Amino acid sequence: MRGTDGFPVRLQYTKLGKIRFLGHRDVARALERAFRVARLPLAFSEGFSPHPKVSFGLALSTGHESEAEYVDLELVEPLAVDALPGVLTPALPDGVAVVGAAALVERAPALQDAVTSCAWLVEVARPDGSPVDRDEIREQAETVSALPEIMVTKRRKGREVTEDIRPVIRQLTVCDTAPVMLKMELRTQPRSARPGEVLAAFGELTEVRALRTHQWIERDGARLEPLDADTRPRVPEARAS
Amino acid sequence: MSNLWPRVEPLLARVEKPARYIGMEKGSLAPVHGDGKAAFLLIYPDTYEIGLPNQGLQILYELCNERADAVAERAYAPWTDMERAMRAAGVPLFSVDTQRAAADFDVLAFNLSAELVYTNLLNLVDLAGVPVRNDDRAPSHPLVIAGGHCTYNPEPLAEYVDAFVIGDGEEVIGEIACVVGAWKRGGRGSRAAVLRELATIPGVYVPSLYDVDYDGPFVRAVTPRFADVPAVVDKRTVADLGDWPYPKNQLVPLIEVVHDRLNVEIFRGCTRGCRFCQAGMITRPVRERPEEQVRTMVRDGLKRTGYDEVALTSLSSADFSGIDRVVADLVNEQDGTGGVSVSLPSLRVDAFTVGIASEIQKVRRTGLTFAPEAGTWRLRQVINKLVLEDDLYAAVDAAFSQGWRRMKLYFLTGLPTEMDDDTLGIADLARHVVELGRKHTKQASCTVSVGGFVPKPHTPFQWFGQNGVDELSRKISLLRNALKGSRAQLKWHDPAASFAEGLASRGDRRIGRVIERVWRAGGTFQEWSEHFALERWLDAMRAEGLDPDWYVTRHRTRDEVLPWAHVQAGLHPDFLWDDWQNALAEHGLPDCRWTPCYDCGVCTDYALEHVVASPVAPAGGSQGTGQDLARGADVRVDFLGMKPVKSPGADRRELAGVLVRRSAEPTGWEAEPESTRISVSEAGIRPVDEQSLSTGSQRRAPSSEGDKQA
Repeated sequence: MRGTDGFPVRLQYTKLGKIRFLGHRDVARALERAFRVARLPLAFSEGFSPHPKVSFGLALSTGHESEAEYVDLELVEPLAVDALPGVLTPALPDGVAVVGAAALVERAPALQDAVTSCAWLVEVARPDGSPVDRDEIREQAETVSALPEIMVTKRRKGREVTEDIRPVIRQLTVCDTAPVMLKMELRTQPRSARPGEVLAAFGELTEVRALRTHQWIERDGARLEPLDADTRPRVPEARAS
Repeated sequence: MSNLWPRVEPLLARVEKPARYIGMEKGSLAPVHGDGKAAFLLIYPDTYEIGLPNQGLQILYELCNERADAVAERAYAPWTDMERAMRAAGVPLFSVDTQRAAADFDVLAFNLSAELVYTNLLNLVDLAGVPVRNDDRAPSHPLVIAGGHCTYNPEPLAEYVDAFVIGDGEEVIGEIACVVGAWKRGGRGSRAAVLRELATIPGVYVPSLYDVDYDGPFVRAVTPRFADVPAVVDKRTVADLGDWPYPKNQLVPLIEVVHDRLNVEIFRGCTRGCRFCQAGMITRPVRERPEEQVRTMVRDGLKRTGYDEVALTSLSSADFSGIDRVVADLVNEQDGTGGVSVSLPSLRVDAFTVGIASEIQKVRRTGLTFAPEAGTWRLRQVINKLVLEDDLYAAVDAAFSQGWRRMKLYFLTGLPTEMDDDTLGIADLARHVVELGRKHTKQASCTVSVGGFVPKPHTPFQWFGQNGVDELSRKISLLRNALKGSRAQLKWHDPAASFAEGLASRGDRRIGRVIERVWRAGGTFQEWSEHFALERWLDAMRAEGLDPDWYVTRHRTRDEVLPWAHVQAGLHPDFLWDDWQNALAEHGLPDCRWTPCYDCGVCTDYALEHVVASPVAPAGGSQGTGQDLARGADVRVDFLGMKPVKSPGADRRELAGVLVRRSAEPTGWEAEPESTRISVSEAGIRPVDEQSLSTGSQRRAPSSEGDKQA
C-alpha cells in the first residue's frame, strides 16, 4: 500500500491506565485527530472519500494496557521524526503517549504481517479476587508448558471454532512479583491467542490486568522491535523512551 | 472524599463500551473541590453518546469551573448493564471526570431536553443514593435542579426536582452558585431555607413553594405560599450571544457520539413562527453571534480539537446574516490537512439552501434533507411552515441537477385540522420528488420520515388535542398504502412513544406519580425502543386513577388554567391564543425579523431586541419573508394586529366545531391528532450523511425520524 513518493513513518505509543478501556478503533481515531492537531503533512488516498494513509498494527483488546503499540503513516514531505513524540503526545489522551518514531524504508511490510510475537505481563488472581500462591502457579505453569495441546473454543467470524493454542505459547514464566504476574510470549503468526485464553489452561485463574510489553519481529534468526525493523538508519540517541 | 475508581474499575471489564465511564475527553477537567466551593454534578439523563455533545451542559461545565467559588463535573445515565453491575456492587452514581460519588456534590443538575427521559432522572437520583421525592430529602442530600427546554412545563417533576431553571443558563448559574456556596459554607442548614433563597433568583422555580388547587380534574390555580415567592416565574434570556463565546473548549469524546464534530452556535432563538415548534417559541428573540466571533470560534475550535467537521448550529441556520459568506470562507480556508466539512443542521427549503449546500459539498453529494413538515400548502399555513410546493420542487430539482441522489423529507402527522388529503399530500410530494429526480439520475430516491405531532406547552398548539395511538397509526397506514409500489421509502416514529411523550409534555403535578410508577416498574431509557412499552404508562395511569385521553387527546379551552401557566416564556397568552385561531383559519404569519412586530410579548416585556446583523431578509428565501410570498397567488398572510381574531370567549364547543369541520372524520373531537417530538434542530436540510451510531444490538428509538420501514 505504500507508494514510492511518500515518506513512511512508524510510531510507537503506549496505552496505559484508565484509557485502557478505550477500544482499538477509538484509539485510532484519537491518533488521527492528534495528527490533525499537530498538522502532520499526511498523505491522503485518492478517490471518492479521501482518507489519511495510516495503518495500525495488531489490535489491542479493550481493557489491556500496552507499552508497545505501533502505527505506520505516510507523509507527503519528510520531517524530523524525533520531534514527533513531543508534538503528538500533548494532543493525545492521558495514558496514550508517543514514545518513539522512525522513518521507514519504502515498501516495508505492514505491521500486522511483520510482527511475529508479543510479550505480555499478566497479573493474576483467584476468580474471587484473592491472591494466588506463587509456587502453585509456578507448578501449574510448568504443567501447562508441558502439555502437548491446549484446546480452546472461541468465536471467530461469528462461528464457534476449537483451536489448539499450545503452538502460540513461546514462553511462559512466573515473575517474583507481588501480586503474582505471569510473563508470556505469544506468537501472532499464523494465528494468535489472548493471554486470558492461555490462563484458561490453568483452571481457576483470573486475569486482573494484562500489559503488552513488546512486539517482536523475528526474521532470519534475529529478533527486532518494530522501530528497528525496516526503518532507516538513524543516530542511536535519537530514539525516545 | 470518595474517589470510586477502585470500585468502578473492576466493573468496567464486564460492560459494553466501558469508555463511557472514564471521562478523559479533551476539554474535560478534574476540578479541585473544597474551600466551600459549590459543587455541581451536571447530569444528562440519557446515554453518554446522546448526552456528551449537549452544548448547554458543556457551557455550564466551563462557566462553573471558571468561577473561583464553584466546580462542576459531569455524569450520564449508565447503560443498563453498567447500572446492574453498579447496583450489585453497591457503587452509586459517579462523575465521569474523577469518579466522584454523586452524593458528594451539592447539586445534581439535570438537563431535560426530552420528556421521555423523566424516568431516567428518577433512576439517577436513586442511583446517587438520594431519595427520589423532594419531601424525603435531608440537608445532607444534594439539591436536585433541572434546566432545559422541558422545564417550561416543570409540573410533572414538581415532586422530584427541588428547583427548576427556566431559560438560558449562562447568567443564572453563577447566581445559583453564590446561594449554594453560602449554604454549603454555612454547614448546609435547612433545605427549605436555601430553596426559599433560590426562589428569589429570577428564572428559578421552586415547586414546593407553590400550592396547586384543583377543580375536579382541572387546575384551578397554582399559588405561591409566601409573599416573596413570585407568582409567575419568567424565563432568563441572555441579551447578547457575543458576550458568551462558549463552549471555548468543546469536549472531544473518545468514543463515537451523536453530532461528533465541532459545534458552533451561530444564533439562538427563531422567529419563523412555526406553530408546532416549542424551541422556536420559547427561545425568542433572535440573537445572532457576531460574524467575526463565529469565524474565530470555528478556526480555534478546529485547530484545538482536530475535528474535520464543523456544524453551524441554530434553529434555522440559513437565516444567519452573511451565512453564505461565512460558509464560502470556511470552505475556501482549507488547510491541506484533508479538508473540513461544514454541516448546517437546520435549513429552509429553497434554492438558496441548495446553493449553500453545493458550496459546502463539493464532492460526495449523496443525501439532502428537507423538512416541509406537512403535505399540503393548506396545512403548512396552519402550522405556519410557509414552504410553497414550488420552493420544495425547485430546491429538490436544483439538488438533483447538481448531483445529489437521495432526498430525505421530514413530516409531522396528526397536526391540527389535518385531513386525510393532507396526510396523503405527503405521498404526493414524495412521488413528485422521485419523479423530478428520475429526470436527472436513475439512482434518485426519496425517504419520507414521519413523526406523530406532540403539542408542546408555550406554543399556539398547546390547546390542541393530540392524535391518539389508533388515529396516528391509521394515518401512517394511509401513507404506507399510498406509497406502495413507489420508489419513496417511508419511515415513521412509534405512535405509542408519542402518546407517552404527550402525557409528560402537557401533564400536571399528578403525572409525577405516574412517572414514578413507570420507573419503579423498570421503565428507564424510554427513548429507546427496546426499553419502551406504553403498557407500563397506561398501567401507571390506571393505578393513579387518571385518564390518559384527558391528558393527551383532549382539546383545551381558552379559559382552562394550563398547568404551566405560572411559568412564562414571555409570550402573551393572547398572542398564543390568537396565533392558534390564525392556525385554525389557515392564516400564515411572516417572520417578524423583517416585518412589523406582532407583539408576541418577548421583546417588549423583557426589554430585549432581536440581534440581527442584516436588516433585510436573506436572499432567495421565500418562507415567512412576506414580500416573496406574494408570488404564491393564493397565499393569505395576515398580521395579527390588523385582522379580527376570534372572540376571547371561544369555548370548547366552538373550538370543537372548527376542528370537526377541518377533520375528514366525523369524530374529529376524540379521534384527533397525535404526535412526536420533532427535534427542530434536526429538521431541515442536512448536507452530510447522517452518522449511524451503532450501539451493539441497541438502537435508539429515533425521536424525529422513523424506526420502522414500510
